Amino acid sequence: MGRFFHRSRGATPYFLLTPGTAWLVVFFVVPMWYLGKMALSQGLFPLFSFGWAWSNFSDAVSAYQTQFVRSFEYAGIATVASLLISYPLAYWIAFRGGRWKNLLLLLVIAPFFVTYLIRTLAWETILSDGGVVVTLLKDIHVLGADGRLLATSAAVIAGITYNFLPFMVLPLYVSLEQIDPRLIEASGDLYANRAVSFSRVTLPLSLPGVFAGVLLTFIPAAGDFINAQLLGTPQQYMIGNVIQSQFLSLRNYPTAAALSFVLMGAILVLVLIFARVLGTDRLTAGAAA
Amino acid sequence: MSAVSGAVPVRRGQPAHMRAWRFVRRHVLDVYALLALAYLFLPIGIVVAFSFNNPLGRFNYTWQGFTFSNWAHPLGYPGLGSAIQISIEIALLSALFATILGTLIALALVRYKFRGSATTNLLIFIPMTTPEIVMGASLLTLFLNWKIPQGFGTILIAHIMFNISYVVVTVRARLVGFDRHLEEAAMDLGANEAVTFLRVTLPLIAPGILAAALLSFALSIDDFVITYFNAGTVTTFPLFVWGAARVAVPPQINVIGTAIFVIAVGGMLGNVLIQNRRARRAA
Repeated sequence: MGRFFHRSRGATPYFLLTPGTAWLVVFFVVPMWYLGKMALSQGLFPLFSFGWAWSNFSDAVSAYQTQFVRSFEYAGIATVASLLISYPLAYWIAFRGGRWKNLLLLLVIAPFFVTYLIRTLAWETILSDGGVVVTLLKDIHVLGADGRLLATSAAVIAGITYNFLPFMVLPLYVSLEQIDPRLIEASGDLYANRAVSFSRVTLPLSLPGVFAGVLLTFIPAAGDFINAQLLGTPQQYMIGNVIQSQFLSLRNYPTAAALSFVLMGAILVLVLIFARVLGTDRLTAGAAA
Repeated sequence: MSAVSGAVPVRRGQPAHMRAWRFVRRHVLDVYALLALAYLFLPIGIVVAFSFNNPLGRFNYTWQGFTFSNWAHPLGYPGLGSAIQISIEIALLSALFATILGTLIALALVRYKFRGSATTNLLIFIPMTTPEIVMGASLLTLFLNWKIPQGFGTILIAHIMFNISYVVVTVRARLVGFDRHLEEAAMDLGANEAVTFLRVTLPLIAPGILAAALLSFALSIDDFVITYFNAGTVTTFPLFVWGAARVAVPPQINVIGTAIFVIAVGGMLGNVLIQNRRARRAA
C-alpha cells in the first residue's frame, strides 16, 4: 500500500470533510436541537418560551393516538405489500435479466421521474368513482353499487405502496444481484429442490436488501401526509397530516415539534425491534448496502 | 408423480396438464414481473394520456376529448412558467453544491483513516432515515429562531442539506471499487499528488460524481415536503401542483410531468446504451 492512501497523520481528511459536515451540522443537527427546545416550550404564536414542558409530549400523544396508530398500520401494510410486489420483480431482473438488467432496472425506476404529486393525482384519477377500476370491481360484485375506492384506507395504502416502491426494489435488486449463482446451483447439486434452495440460500443472502428496503420504505411511509390528503379524507389522516397542519395552519409549534419527536422515537424503536428480529448483524450490512 | 387416470397421453409421454403445469411454473415469475411492470406504468400512462385531454371544467379527471393545445401551450397557465424556472434553478444549484461537498466527504471517508470517521458516517446516515416532515419542521424552527426570511435561499439550503448524504453514498460506492494501483502507478511514473488526482483519480470516479449530481438534481426537482415547510411565498413546480390540486388541475401539469419524464428517462436510456456498447467493446 502506498503512503498516499494510508496517511493517518495530517489534516487533509479534515479539510475535505469540514465544508460538507459543517453544512449537515448547521442545517440538520442544530435544527433538531431547536425542534427539541420548541417541543418543550409553552405559549402561543408568535411568543413561545422554553420551560421543560414535558406535558407537551403526553398531551400530543393522547390527543393524536388514533393518527399515530393509523400511520404505523398504513405504513406497515404498505411496506409488506411493497415487499411482495418488489421481491419477485427484483429477483426476476437479477436472475433472468441477462444483458437487459440495466435496462429493466431503468424501466422500474422510470415511473418515479414523474413528479410525486402528479403520480398521486394520477391515482386519484384511476381510483375515482367513475373510473375503470371502480366500474370493474362493481361489475364483479367486489364493490357494492354505492361502493368507492377513493377516500378509503385502501386508496391511501395503495398510494403509499406505489409511491415508495423504488426504495424497496433498488436495495433488493442490489443484494440479489450480488448473489453468486453458483451457490444456488451448488445447493441443487446437494439435492435441495427449488423451494429449499430459495429458502435456505437465496433468501438468507438477500436479507440485507430486505432490511434496507423495509427501512427505506417504512420510514418515509410513516411520515407521509400527501397520500392521505389527496386520496383520503380526514378519516384517513396520518400523523404527518397532523404535524403539517399544527405547524403550518394552526401554528402550534410546540405540539407539532413534540409530535415530530414522538414519530422519530417510535420509528427508531420499531427499527431496532425489526433489526433484532432479522438478526443484529444484518443491521450494519443493511446500512452499508 | 402419481398417474392420473383419464389423462390423454401425448408425445413425450407426459400428460397435457402436467406439461401445462410445468409451463405455468416456468413462466409464473415472468408473468408476475410483467404484471408488476404494468402496474408501475399504469399511472404514467394516465398522466401522458390526460396531457392530451381537453377538460371541460377546471379539473382534469375525466376524459373529454383529444387535443394538442396543451402541448402547444405548455406554460399556458398563470404561474406555471416561473414555478418551473425556480425548480430548475434550485435543482441545478443544489446539485452543484451538494455534489462538491458530498464528494469531498466521500474522498475523506474512503481514503483516510481518521478520528471521527464513525461519527461522520452516522451524520451521513441519519438524514436519510429521518422522515422528511421532521426535517422540514426542524429547519422551519431554525429559520424562525434565527429570523431568516423564507424563500429561494432557504429552499436551496434545505435541498443542499438533504442531497449531501445521497452524494456521499453514491460517490463512495464508486471509490470503494477503485483500483488504487492505478494511482500508485501514476506516482511511480513521477506524477505528484495533485497531478495524480486530476489526471487519474478524478476521471476514474467521474461517472460516480455524475450519477450523484443527476440523483441530486432529480431529488431536488421532485421534493415537496421539505420545500413546503421552508418556501415562504416562493413557488416551486411541486408546490404549484399542490396549490393547483385544491382549486383546479390544468392539463399543462400533465404536459410538464410527461416532459420531465421523457427527458429524464431518455437521458438515462442513452447512458445505459452507451455503457452497454462500451462493455461489449471491452469484452
